[in-house]
Amino acid sequence: MKYQSQQVAKLYFIAAIGLFVGQILFGLIIGAQYIWGDFLFPQLPFNQARAVHTNLLIVWLIFGFMGAAYYLVPEEAETDLVMPWLARLMFWIFLAAGAATILGYIFLPYADLAKLTHNELWPTMGREFLEQPTITKLGIVVVALAFLANIGLTILKGRKTVINLVLMMGLTGLAVFFLFSFFNPTNLVWDKYYWWWVVHLWVEGVWELILGSILAFILIKTTGVDREVIEKWLYVIIAMTLITGIVGTGHHYYWIGTPEFWQWWGSIFSAMEPIPFFMMTVFAFNMVNKRRRNHPNKAAVLWALGTAVMAFLGAGVWGFLHTLAPVNYYTHGTQITAAHGHMAFYGAYVMINLAMISYAMPLLRGREAANSNRSQVWEMWGFWLMTISIVFITLFLTAAGILQVYLQRFSDNPMPFMEAQSKIVLFYDLRELTGLVFLIGLVVYIASFFVGAKEAEAKTDGEEVVTA
Amino acid sequence: MSETKKPRWPPGDLVIWIFIMAELLVFGVFFATYAFTRAHHVAQFDTYQLTLNRNAALINTLALITSSYFVVRAVAAIRADNSQACFRWLLAALAMGLLFLVVKGAEYHHHFSMGVNLGTNTFYMFYLSLTFFHFLHVVLGMIILLAVALKAHRGGYSAAEHTGVETGASYWHMVDLVWMILFPLVYVMR
Repeated sequence: MKYQSQQVAKLYFIAAIGLFVGQILFGLIIGAQYIWGDFLFPQLPFNQARAVHTNLLIVWLIFGFMGAAYYLVPEEAETDLVMPWLARLMFWIFLAAGAATILGYIFLPYADLAKLTHNELWPTMGREFLEQPTITKLGIVVVALAFLANIGLTILKGRKTVINLVLMMGLTGLAVFFLFSFFNPTNLVWDKYYWWWVVHLWVEGVWELILGSILAFILIKTTGVDREVIEKWLYVIIAMTLITGIVGTGHHYYWIGTPEFWQWWGSIFSAMEPIPFFMMTVFAFNMVNKRRRNHPNKAAVLWALGTAVMAFLGAGVWGFLHTLAPVNYYTHGTQITAAHGHMAFYGAYVMINLAMISYAMPLLRGREAANSNRSQVWEMWGFWLMTISIVFITLFLTAAGILQVYLQRFSDNPMPFMEAQSKIVLFYDLRELTGLVFLIGLVVYIASFFVGAKEAEAKTDGEEVVTA
Repeated sequence: MSETKKPRWPPGDLVIWIFIMAELLVFGVFFATYAFTRAHHVAQFDTYQLTLNRNAALINTLALITSSYFVVRAVAAIRADNSQACFRWLLAALAMGLLFLVVKGAEYHHHFSMGVNLGTNTFYMFYLSLTFFHFLHVVLGMIILLAVALKAHRGGYSAAEHTGVETGASYWHMVDLVWMILFPLVYVMR
């Protein structure tokens, strides 16, 4: 850590991990509700618990991105953050607003939450992932503006690097596309049409820019490869991301009432969306192979390589699986989608956040470059337990999805939804058990922050230690 | 750019070749989809193909080939250490690119004023999508060439180090190459 103001990142990282735990616990609850339909009913119906699971995910990832930006931007710009106090203030506002919203989901029926927050004045609630009350959405905008101003001014003041500019583009895009959550046309086709401008253009557009720039930063730091080489890769990756991802929005427009050409556009362009992810994998492994030094923080390098591989599998391969219109005609909204969603979010956005935390946290806690060996071993156990669990969760859900498609939509005598569900419950059992292993992995991961904290830093074998 | 032992092959930056391959893959999928779809709608494709202006497309083909030739001359010029000649050849190439955009724009104007849009039929959907996607690549290629030209004008390249010129030239040739397939496929083949 080179600048005192980078320290604010620590708050954001801690909150991110805390909310991550909440997300997983609620994942286990709704996973159980797939098996025992009335589990925790009526106190916690599935729709509310699911909103908590998905909203916590999004909020903690954004906390992570903000923390990453507060760490990375000053270091890249070679200057202190212009307003560290504002970053601290916004942290508490965001956390309080987020917590209040989540408590609202948990303790109030959703309709009562809408009434309490006067949704009728400016109706924005009731849509998947954008369930937040309008007042929370407004709060998010305020936090985002303050955040962008803070890092934007820091970038303007200091050295301009490609990584900072790409990150800034991604974060600005994140804020701009969120504004479509306020647009709620009564025509359902238009409603869905713009809803995807938030949902799709986030995760298959601007978030990929954030992912790319954070990955590039970590690789520069841990491999010592020339910045110029890494920046060129970053350019090509984001170009392909935007070329394929923007028009790729069309793969959500097949069956919502939009013109037919979207089936062609969506199929062709989204079929190409794996390309930038594949490039990212080639990029990460290439850079690590060409490394000029062995960084003592092996865990961070593992997370960086892991995210490149898992993002390609989860977002790229599992996305391609059901992206072509003729395939999607059968698979739309089945467990195939859930399988893709789990591995893509984990592989791309959870892992890049954990990679950044893994790289930055030892430095924020006063280490020279890395945690002790013992701590890193625990962290890597967390990595493997969580990653392997997600692979199996994805495989079980894929199996469930294929069976569901066959029984419910493809066979000669299609079954009703609930009957098909009862036939695939075995996979839900297996998914829930694997989810428990994931939770164990998460506990081990968190423990890694505390074990070996007083032991000496890890060294690279037979080489001088290079500091961050 | 490190000056040490720059490999002679491929010309330009390796990364642009990865980008070119990715772009060709996208266009390849697009062309293949066109071909398969045409096989199912031969009569429709043949009928509406006749509404396209082949002469305009031929002019555009010549414009792009000529521009590629000018780009070749620009690379030759910088290899002879002549920055200003390189700059001028690139401007000539850009002018040809601009000609392409104007002619293509006139074609679009014609079709749009006839009320053609993406929903008219499958042939027009492909015609508009494919050519417009390529159109955007011409624009991107021109932006790249312009950046290279300006740097050449400032004396930023030399006979010893001109990776940037080769990089821009490689990308431009790809834009040209794609049109060489697009033109017969969409305008001419019956």
